[in-house]
Amino acid sequence: MVERLAAFIRETSSSLPDDAEHALRMALRREPKGSSARVVVETILENVKLARTNGTPVCQDTGTLTFWVSERLRKLVTPDVIGKAVEKATAQGWLRRNTNDPVTGRSIDTNVCPGAPVVHYVTAGGDDARSVRLLMKGGGSENMSRQFSLPDSALAAGRDLEGVRKAVLSAVCQAQGYGCAPGVLGVCIGGDRAGGYEEAKRQLLRNLADRNPDPVLARLESRICREANSLGIGPMGLGGKTTLLAVKIGTRPRVPASFFVTVAYLCWAARRRRLSL
Amino acid sequence: MTTLNYPFSESAVRALHAGDAVSVNGRIWTGRDRFHKHFADGGRLPVDFRDGAIFHCGPVVVPQADGGWRVVAGGPTTSLRENQYEPDFIAKTGVRLVIGKGGMDERTLAACHACGAVYLQAVGGAAAVTAHAVKRVTNVYFLEDFGAAEACWEFDVRDFRCVVAMDSRNVSLFARVQDESRRRLAALIGCR
Repeated sequence: MVERLAAFIRETSSSLPDDAEHALRMALRREPKGSSARVVVETILENVKLARTNGTPVCQDTGTLTFWVSERLRKLVTPDVIGKAVEKATAQGWLRRNTNDPVTGRSIDTNVCPGAPVVHYVTAGGDDARSVRLLMKGGGSENMSRQFSLPDSALAAGRDLEGVRKAVLSAVCQAQGYGCAPGVLGVCIGGDRAGGYEEAKRQLLRNLADRNPDPVLARLESRICREANSLGIGPMGLGGKTTLLAVKIGTRPRVPASFFVTVAYLCWAARRRRLSL
Repeated sequence: MTTLNYPFSESAVRALHAGDAVSVNGRIWTGRDRFHKHFADGGRLPVDFRDGAIFHCGPVVVPQADGGWRVVAGGPTTSLRENQYEPDFIAKTGVRLVIGKGGMDERTLAACHACGAVYLQAVGGAAAVTAHAVKRVTNVYFLEDFGAAEACWEFDVRDFRCVVAMDSRNVSLFARVQDESRRRLAALIGCR
């Protein structure tokens, strides 16, 4: 199992999922020939191909590793087994030494310690009844994630879906190209602060081409994506038509006193994969 | 696509406009946080940057059996951390190309204008493409003092693709995009 998971980590790091690559190809079509946006997207697609061919990381920042494991696999895919797989992938050079002690600043060379990698055991059906999902998210994009507490007077954002829309669009404008645009947004409406970030990140596991089963959220997702792309920020913030590849919105119940909107920004190097067991 | 070959002449660099795509060829040096601080503290520079290029980059470099080095991953790092050092670095060294990601401030833009330099945006996250453009690692300085990620690496690059994000005519694509996107956001959500 350790070997299998280590190979799965390598594949996640070096091979972008098909739907993300497809969305980048669509972006290439939108950006006019000779524009800097086009040059950036061409370079990104070339990079995706090169990394896959060579089995090397798509991005040098191999990021925070978050695993979602089906509850049914709890005894097979233990935190210990996952830790050993991460250690092996690190020793092989498939992952950068990317974990630092926040107090001493020292590198934790194995990438394994209490709290790293992050492992969630979840109850799920369908394709995820017996699966391991992995998301590798780089620091540059994580730095652009935001949480809003509505109402927000500076944005004139109230406690409704219109307020949610304003908050999310403002997060996109604040991020500019720094999160390595074009990005994907995972959004959570509601929850407590910690739950909001957890759900927003989990939304990033969705296929970019899927449709939210809730028609209200589905409409909000496409509206925000369309409007964000009209801001003109473009690939890497150099201007252009493609600022976001997709917006995915989930919800958590909230207490009457709180109304959080949490935005998880994922860079174009959307490294996520599913292993079915 | 404009091809730039080392040594980069002032006239070639001054001819560039923000938004131009360029292909960089020949010798470049990496330098990031510790390198810039060393310079600001009056430290000696190991090479002559005149008509050269400095790349904000912390590469993953592996030693080879023959004593040489190979770059496996090497995308740009965020440049704004060097804002306080770069104008002086440009003025004193005569460097022509500053390569990184995310852009730099007005003082650096002014130095580009005064001295004939440009800021080039390399594509963030494109580690494999950057590594591929590095044909040879020809030297390394400060490896023991600064560590591999912060050392001053001398690369021989071929067809290293970048976009001119700040030119020597006081035009910054970042500033332009930021102002325009804020204006459009205000129109969309009805506030500032």
